Order: sequence, then C-alpha cells, then structure tokens
Amino acid sequence: MAAPAVGSRIKRREDPRLITGTGNYVEDVTPAGTLYMALARSPHAHARLRRVNVKDALQHPGVVAALTGPEVRQIVDSVPCVVDFPDLKKPKWPVLAVDRVRYVGEAVAAVVATDRAMAVDAASLVQTDYLPLTAVTDPERALRPRSTRVHAEFKDNQAWYSLTEAGDVDSAFREAHVVVKQRLVNQRLIPLAMETRGVVAQYHAASGLLTVWSTSQNPHQLKSQLAALLGLPENQVRVIAPDVGGGFGSKIDVYCEEILACIFALRLGRPVKWIEERRENFQGTIHGRDQVDYVEVAAQRDGVITGLKVKVIADVGAYWGFFSPAIATSTIGLATGCYAIPNFRGELYEVFTNKTPVDAYRGAGRPEAAYIIERAVDLVALELALDPAEVRRKNFIGGPFPYATAGGMSFDSGNYRAALDKALQSAGYQRRRSEQKRLRQRGRYQGIGLSSYIELCAIGPWEMGAVRVDAAGKVTVLTGTSPHGQGEETTFAQIVADQLQVAVEEVAVQHGDTAVVPAGIGTYGSRTTAVGGSAVLNACLLVKEKAFKIASHLLQVPEDRLTFAQGTFAVKDAPDRAVTLAKVAAQAYTGSVPGAEMGLEASAYFEAPNLVFPFGTHVAVVEVDPETGEVKLVRYVAVDDAGNIINPLTAEGQVHGGIAQGVGQALMEAAVYDESGQLVTGTLMDYAIPAAEDLPLFETAFTVTPTPRNPLGAKGIGEAGTIGATPAVVNAVMDALAPFGIRHIDMPLSPERVWRAIQESAKARPARRRGPSARRRGS
Amino acid sequence: MNRQVTLRVNGVTQQHSVEPRLLLVYYLREVLGLTGTHVGCDTSQCGACTVLLEGQAVKSCTILAVQADGAEITTIEGLARDGKLHPLQTGFWEEHGLQCGFCTPGMIMAACQLLERIPDPSEAQIRHGLAGNLCRCTGYHNIVRAVQHAARKLLETKQR
Repeated sequence: MAAPAVGSRIKRREDPRLITGTGNYVEDVTPAGTLYMALARSPHAHARLRRVNVKDALQHPGVVAALTGPEVRQIVDSVPCVVDFPDLKKPKWPVLAVDRVRYVGEAVAAVVATDRAMAVDAASLVQTDYLPLTAVTDPERALRPRSTRVHAEFKDNQAWYSLTEAGDVDSAFREAHVVVKQRLVNQRLIPLAMETRGVVAQYHAASGLLTVWSTSQNPHQLKSQLAALLGLPENQVRVIAPDVGGGFGSKIDVYCEEILACIFALRLGRPVKWIEERRENFQGTIHGRDQVDYVEVAAQRDGVITGLKVKVIADVGAYWGFFSPAIATSTIGLATGCYAIPNFRGELYEVFTNKTPVDAYRGAGRPEAAYIIERAVDLVALELALDPAEVRRKNFIGGPFPYATAGGMSFDSGNYRAALDKALQSAGYQRRRSEQKRLRQRGRYQGIGLSSYIELCAIGPWEMGAVRVDAAGKVTVLTGTSPHGQGEETTFAQIVADQLQVAVEEVAVQHGDTAVVPAGIGTYGSRTTAVGGSAVLNACLLVKEKAFKIASHLLQVPEDRLTFAQGTFAVKDAPDRAVTLAKVAAQAYTGSVPGAEMGLEASAYFEAPNLVFPFGTHVAVVEVDPETGEVKLVRYVAVDDAGNIINPLTAEGQVHGGIAQGVGQALMEAAVYDESGQLVTGTLMDYAIPAAEDLPLFETAFTVTPTPRNPLGAKGIGEAGTIGATPAVVNAVMDALAPFGIRHIDMPLSPERVWRAIQESAKARPARRRGPSARRRGS
Repeated sequence: MNRQVTLRVNGVTQQHSVEPRLLLVYYLREVLGLTGTHVGCDTSQCGACTVLLEGQAVKSCTILAVQADGAEITTIEGLARDGKLHPLQTGFWEEHGLQCGFCTPGMIMAACQLLERIPDPSEAQIRHGLAGNLCRCTGYHNIVRAVQHAARKLLETKQR
C-alpha cells in the first residue's frame, strides 16, 4: 500500500486550469444577451436623500431599465443580517437608499444597459439631490450622549452592549503588584481579495429557474437568502460560485448588487451582469477590524497574570452585514488568549458610524483579541523587566482539557508551551537576544517580537459531504463548503483516497453549485476542513459500510470475516478470496444485493459539536532605521498547531498568506476616513497592501495536537497566520524601540509614525539623543 | 467612432473594429474571449492584467486597444507550447505558487519578462521584478520559489 495521502505534500489539482488562464471566474461568465448593471452611489457619508431621478439615465443610448430605492423596497425589504441577540438594535439596510444615505458608497440607484461602458455612463447621469448632514466617524465620539445619530429611530448609536465576567476581577486588581493599562487602536482594514465581487443573474421564464453566478464564499446560504428575499421557492434558485478569486470573509455577505441583478433579470427576462470596480470594492464591500480597545492587566511581581479587564469599542459602520454583530464577540471570547487568567471582565460596545459596514475579515474578531492580549503580555514583561517568553510560559493554560476559559470558551486541546519552545528554538531566540544587545551598541535597532495566539474555528451548525463510487470505481465527492483558493479539490480527495483506498487522481471533488451539491453552509472561519472534511470522511464510512455488504454477498462470507486493504475486500485467513472496490461498485449498479439497495453512494451531515481552538507561536525579527522610521521585517518564524494536517503544502500556503495580511495590518494598511466621512484611502494608490518586496521568506513549522471534536482531528489553518502575525510584528517593533523609551505606537507602524515617535521621545529625553542618531549601518 | 485594429495575439492575426476607448484588457477578454487575463483594479496597481506586448510586460488595463494596433501580444493562454506548460507554469504548480489563481496569469507574465532580462535572479531581484503585481493569498513566499524553480529549469534547458 502506498503511503497515506493524508499528510502528504500533494500538489493541487485545481492548478492546471488556473495557470493556463482557463479558470472560470464570474467575470468570465457572459450568457448570450447579457445586460450590464452599474450603480449610482452616495458621495456623502450622511445626508438626506431628497430626490433620485433616473429619467436622464433611461434616455442614454443602450439603457434598458433603472431602479431606485422606493421601487426596490416594494420588492425586497432589506439586505439580510442573520445574527440576532437580545437587545440588538437592528436597523434596516435598504437595498437602495431611501430618504437617507449613511455611508460613502451606499447605492442609491441602479441602471442596466446593453454594454458595460454605457451602463457606467448612464449611472453617472442619475440625478440626486442631497442635503448633507453631520457625519459620525469616530466610534468613541459616536457613543457620546449628544452625538449625531446614524439611525434616527434609535435613541443613540450604541448598537449592542454585552458584559462578560468571571472570577473576582476587582479583588484581583486591588491585590495586584502591578497594573498595566493601554489603549489600543485596531484600525479598519480593506479585505481586498484580488478578484472584486461580481454577479450574473439569469432567469428562465419557461422553467421558472433563476440561475445566479456569484463570487460567493457560501452559495447555498446565498441561494436560501435570495429565494426568501425574492419570494421564490428555493428549488427554483440555483447559485453557482465558480472559481472565486479570494474572499477573506468579504464574500460571505448577501450584497445589494446580487439582489438587484436578480430583480432586473426576473423583470427583463435577460441575463444581468455586474462586476465590481476596485473603487467600488473599497467603499461598497465590507471592511474589517476597526476597534478601540482598552486593556488593563493585573499581575504579580513574577509575571503571573491574575486579572484582565478589556473594553472593546467596535465600530460596526452604518448597517449590519451578514454576520456583523457576532464579529467582536469573538474578541471578548478570546481576550484571555491561551493563558490561565481566572478573573476577567469584558465589555463590548458595538457602535454605528457613517462608514462602510464592518463584517468578517480574515480572523474576524480573533486577530483583535490576539492583539489585545499579546500586546498586554509584552507590556507586563516590559513593566516587570522580564523576558516576554518567560511571562508567556508562566501564564499558559496547562490543562486539563476541555478547559473552560474566563471568556466562556471550552478549549478542546492545546500544548501552548511546546509551540512556543519550538518557535524560540527555530528562531535561535537566546542568540538573537545577545545579538540584539551587540547591535544596539552599534546604533542598530533590532527587535524580537513574540505572539502566542489562540484561534477559534469549526463554526457550525453543520456541513454536508457526499461520496459516490461509480460503476467504474471512480469517486465523486460533493462538498457544501465552497473553497476559493484553499485547495479542497485536492485535500478532500486526499481524505477520500485514504478511506476508499483509491488514488487521489481517481477522486473528483465538486463544490460551489447548489444544483450539484444538495446542501451546504460554505467556506469561512477556517471551518472547511474541520467541519466539511469531517462530513466527507463520515460519508466515506457509510459508503464503506455498504461496500462491505456487497462484498460479503459477492464472496459469500459474513461481513465480519472481511478485511478492506489496498482497495480490496478479502476474506480473513483466505486472502486469495478477494474482490476489488471497483468490482463491488460494478455490482452495486448491475446486480441486486439482498439487504442493500442499488448504487454506492452516501451523504453525511457533520454537526460541529463545539468549536476547536488552533494555536501557535510566531516570532518576528525587525530592524528599525531610526533616521527614517522604516521597519524592515528581517525574519519570520511561525509554529502553528492546527491539529492533524491534511496537506502540509497547502497548509503552509495558508500560513504564508495569513502572515502577509497580518504584517500588512501591523506595518502598512489602514482604511482612513476624514471627519466628513470620506474614505481617503479609496484606491490601491492610497491603500498599501504588502508587495513582494515588503516581505521575507517565512520559516514555518507545525506542532500537532489533534482535536477530539471531529473524526479528522483537524482544527483549521486559514486565519491563524493573520492572527499570529500582527502582534508578533508590533511587539518586535516596540522591542526595537525600547531604548527610546517608546512603549506603544498604534498601527500601522508606518515610517512616519515610527519616526515621529522617535522624535518625540528624543525631545522628551534629550539624553537619549546621542544613542539613536549616533552611528548606524556603516554610515 | 470605431477604429480598425490589427494585432497578432498568441501568434494569430486578429482584426477588429473597436471603440477608441476600449482598453486592451477588454479587447482581449471580451472581443477575443481570452479571459485568462484578469482585471483586479482600476489604477494600474495590481498587475492581474499583465500581458507581453512586443515581449515587454505591460498592464493591459492601462493601454487602449487602438494603441496596441500592429503589436504582437502574448497572453497566459499563449504561453504553453504544443501542449507543454511553460517552466513558469510548472513552477507555480510545483511550488504551490497560487491559491485563488486570480493574480496568477499576470504574475506569470511579469515573471516571464523578469527571467528574460535576468535568467538567474536573486531572491531580491525576483521580489523587485514582481513589485508591480499584487497577490493577497500567498504572501509571495511560494511565488518566489516558483520563479526560482522556473529559472533553474530554463537554465538547464539552455545548457543542454
């Protein structure tokens, strides 16, 4: 028997089409007679919308139809948010604005024309009359009693509040030897999948079938939502997510453009296509992060943390996206990190502002938690002059598992110390520290930053997997997950190959089409392998069960006298009496077997019983140029533990990409609004994401602590890199700047911000001046 | 007022009457149906639309079809020869240099020019050479590896 497929570095089966330019993305789908849609969007962050007139637009050559808010409202009430909490303020997000606009980029009218350029031209001819109002852009100001309200129907901008308490936090702080406090800004980010969003809607009147191609991460949910919104039975709506060019959470939501394209398609009986421009993507696709966090830590002299207080002010933007209200709850849930902190108080304020709605972006609440606790641990270490690695070691949860945290989570399994030790060893931590001292004496400022993060994944409620062995013994797998870069056409084939003992090449994995895959939830929250892979595994077990019945019939022995190895069912003690899986499959479709119905296929729904918690330690090494404030990431070591790894090649790929986005937040990225609510970083010219030159090669490794919560023992690796990287890099920069007496700088740690902090520290401490500016790098 | 253009795309002569404002990328995608070249931004930053024009990597979203009149264009679809993948294509496959695949055609075309100019590039030269192409999935780690892989293969072929 060949080596198991699971655990092997198998190159991806989705690649041949993607490297030859023959993939099929939504923009590549253009049915005959397609019309193009374009939107008119609000230039104001907050305004009364007194008039929208599409008369001129309709007269433009090639224009076929147009819609405005009041008309659409008759058909579809609002853009859906599926989260409900007690006391959650839940304003309606109109598909097209009615009477009022609440963020720059909010859609106010839609036009369709016979070609893309004509549609864009016509959208610019939509006449609007706005009465600008004061915009609220700062979440802390938005919470003040007399603030302008984003939604007039509510008495204030506080969208939701929650309090989580465990232990006796006040006593812990009273009795603490040291209390460390810090305000942390976790800035707003643009998800920025390289493919913008897009949709093609086609209605076939004779059959009553609405087909929707969408850049969705979760086509089955989109199907259910569109059916409900449009008043169609679900079996008349088919959603296809073909090749999708990245999502990072931003393609979970049901967006107004998908609803509008369907309305036009139903009305006009012609296919309607909309492809988002990058500029629209910056304003109209959900944003990520955007919290102001206040953290207070109570600690003993030896570095043991006894209490933690966290106040999270989450700027949610103008409306709720699909999952928005739940995002920041993960920040509270994971605020204690992988540390045994018994006394905890977490307060969460979710706040409306006149900005683009915030929803799930890679990590979605967990990177914020990791940033809070990992910065806080470093500040404790700084305060007590202890090694940050030592403070982490002293506070790690040591078990037993399952472990109930103060934040209300039940951790499944973990060996936090092992990951830390391995990362420190790989990075040559002790040597690095001595090297750092030497370099400082030569006027070079190197910093070493750690982050021992915890992650939460395997969000339910369930996932569907189906496995069919055809009469020739080839295998087709259907999964309700909807990978868009993660590579499950390969990794799920690996799982099945081992179970059914066929070659990976003989397994075809299909996903993303609701007419092909009967049911599904989707791909987000690092759930695909843990939940979706487990469903596929369970479906394999059912197929095998049936195959045993058929083999038992063919070999005329009871099932318990059969073994299944190397793709063959054989009689124990008489291995020459054997039958292959292919033969069993052929029998399943050609001859009846007593006690078993025809066919060889099964589907399974895997219910996620509880969340799983990957973890790891990342080490970043940076060098700061004190004269320019430039931060150079010189080395990056990541040790991640996602339980059992299906394919190390693709798992590493997930870590690499995650690190890049985490580094992006730490050093470069920020969605900046001015006071009037204009997004001033609204194009790729103004919003910096890491390019190849900004990053080093990454050193990655895994420790393996399987989860008992699913049959694969797998946790999730999609977001871990992002969660670990941001605090590791910021801690490294702060470590580099320690000689300047700098304790904290808010992200992104751009050259300007770092340079200013150094200048201010020099002003405040003139004696220090000699050090930093004296000699540097060979000059 | 439409204008007549004649281009040679992946070795085939094409002649069409196009709107003067039609971008080369939409000419390739929508007139010729070569949808392997992608559009990822509207400000020439992302490089997903990179093609070779007279052997030079250009962003086809920043040039009009009429400006390319008379030119020789190579797109991702024209890279494999006689059903055999280009070493950059195999490099990206072998080294897991892509995830969602959206930036990949542009990345490969930019790398083509890079290896043309510098057959044995250092890591820094690769990173610099790809500075005009953005990827949000891979962190560039395996893209660098993929280009190194292709450089090795191309050098081996030359030495033979």
